[in-house]
Amino acid sequence: MSTHSTRLAARLMVAPSVILLFVWMIVPLAMTLYYSFRFYRLLTPDRTRWTSFDNYTWFLNSPDFWLAIFNTLALVGGVLVITVVLGTLIALLIDQPVKGQGVLRILVIAPFFVMPPVAASIWENLFMHPQNGLFAAFARGFGAQPILFLENYPMLSVIGIVSWEWLPFATLILLTALQSLSSEQLEAAEMDGAGAVSRFRHIILPHLTRAITVVILIQTIFLLGIFGEIFTTTQGGPGSASTTLPYMIFKQAIAAKDIGRAAAGGIIAVILANIVAYFLMRGIGKNLDA
Amino acid sequence: MGQITLKSVRKSFGDVHVIPGVDLEIRDGEFVVFVGPSGCGKSTLLRLIAGLEDTTAGQILIDGKDATDLPPARRGLAMVFQSYALYPHMTVRKNIAFPLKMAGLSEAEQAKKVEAAAKVLNLTAYLDRRPGQLSGGQRQRVAIGRAIVREPAAFLFDEPLSNLDAALRVTMRQEISELHQALKTTMIYVTHDQVEAMTMADKIVVLNAGRIEQVGSPLDLYHFPDNLFVAGFIGSPKMNLIEGAEAARHNARTIGIRPEHIGVGSGPWEGTVQLSEHLGSDSFVKVQVDGIGVLNVRAGGEIGVHHGDRIRLNPEPDKIHRFDADGKAIR
Repeated sequence: MSTHSTRLAARLMVAPSVILLFVWMIVPLAMTLYYSFRFYRLLTPDRTRWTSFDNYTWFLNSPDFWLAIFNTLALVGGVLVITVVLGTLIALLIDQPVKGQGVLRILVIAPFFVMPPVAASIWENLFMHPQNGLFAAFARGFGAQPILFLENYPMLSVIGIVSWEWLPFATLILLTALQSLSSEQLEAAEMDGAGAVSRFRHIILPHLTRAITVVILIQTIFLLGIFGEIFTTTQGGPGSASTTLPYMIFKQAIAAKDIGRAAAGGIIAVILANIVAYFLMRGIGKNLDA
Repeated sequence: MGQITLKSVRKSFGDVHVIPGVDLEIRDGEFVVFVGPSGCGKSTLLRLIAGLEDTTAGQILIDGKDATDLPPARRGLAMVFQSYALYPHMTVRKNIAFPLKMAGLSEAEQAKKVEAAAKVLNLTAYLDRRPGQLSGGQRQRVAIGRAIVREPAAFLFDEPLSNLDAALRVTMRQEISELHQALKTTMIYVTHDQVEAMTMADKIVVLNAGRIEQVGSPLDLYHFPDNLFVAGFIGSPKMNLIEGAEAARHNARTIGIRPEHIGVGSGPWEGTVQLSEHLGSDSFVKVQVDGIGVLNVRAGGEIGVHHGDRIRLNPEPDKIHRFDADGKAIR
């Protein structure tokens, strides 16, 4: 099948999509790079000029910058830990034969279909609201003061909301992986004297490593860019307590209308994403090899 | 020790009674083969003994102690699965050591026993490979290795050779028999292949629809089948079963005669050859016998009969099996 002409034909066939994807990627990247070295504010659009690295130095010296980096990584890390651990446990649970399994699975997966701003609004107004929220009602039921989630624990609240949205994804992937584990292997382990915990530790968990790797890689891609949940709930506040890198870029571009600085932030975000990707692939990428 | 007793063991899945009641005595050191057509409950019976299925009613005794409700790990049995069920992420060494690790043995003891088992099974060169890098026969041996390191009271084999090609199956069959000679441990072996049953077993248990049809040594079953089912199941090619006038002449509802017990040349039966298969060592001849029906005959390799030939057949009179209206043997 792999003669010279078929290889050539294959390359010609994939060329259009490769070129399209490449252009789609390189044009915005090049424009961002271009603007990141420009002085360009939408309030004074006629006064633009080259500014060397001024946008970058401003961004890196901004008092919020390191907090935003920390918040971004905390959001990614926190959501990953919560979704993988809880996802594994829920997958184990709904893999058991129970009545109404089909309905149960749909219910578990449902949050994934709720769009981010809606999910965030639901959490903000129905659960975390200090007067009308469910949690506040619970707290009052026990005679305690309602917790001001978004005011006192903004970052943890955002992590909670995003985890709720992404938990179904992790559960779904891990559930399908669980179902592909042969029951004979578990039975063999049982005969070999492995208890439930040992079976999980030595048979189920190794079987799930590849699926967990996929969950971590895919979620990281999406979590690095989380914006809607923060915009809907905390607006990056109070102060800058829940400002992440994407939110900081948004504030520069839309609130301050400074395209140059926002572009510099974008380039920094690209670099951060690449650093994260590098460490992820070094750390767990080998799990993907057959 | 590995003495296993089943006392009226029953197993139902809902309303389906897979095993309506089985009594069986397996002596220490015996090689017992459960054989029967697919769906006869032989694997279920093995899994009941292993403890992988709950017994609906009845008792399972292992070495005289009631094991009916014991978890699989505490029955002291080892099982080799049809799919081998090796742990794909572990090396061969770790696979074999896994039951020892679970039993809490020290690293040194684990290593010693794994080395010993690997030597017996010719796996020493493959200890650091993973199951995915091994051939079918080697995987089979790893599965057996994982079973023997535990020094179990009995080995349970669930159709272990059905995933191997024909040549390898013969070799592995002999290896398992030799292993039994060397270890002298009780082995229970499930198969649908009667050749495996006949060649390996000390005792064959023929199962049909969850019931034991007959228990006996391979030659007992061959020479003295208790009923029509066993008569038809054991032996290849199958025994010829004849009903009607010819059977009535022998005071039976049905008579059976094995293809190898019918002589060709002269004799009371006459018929037309429909098909003859010449294998070199033997010839299988299908004959339409007048007034009786189609009979399979196994003749010598030199016989030269072909489609359409008229031949005479001579059944050996003392090799005719007689069965009554219930299908039971008349002796």
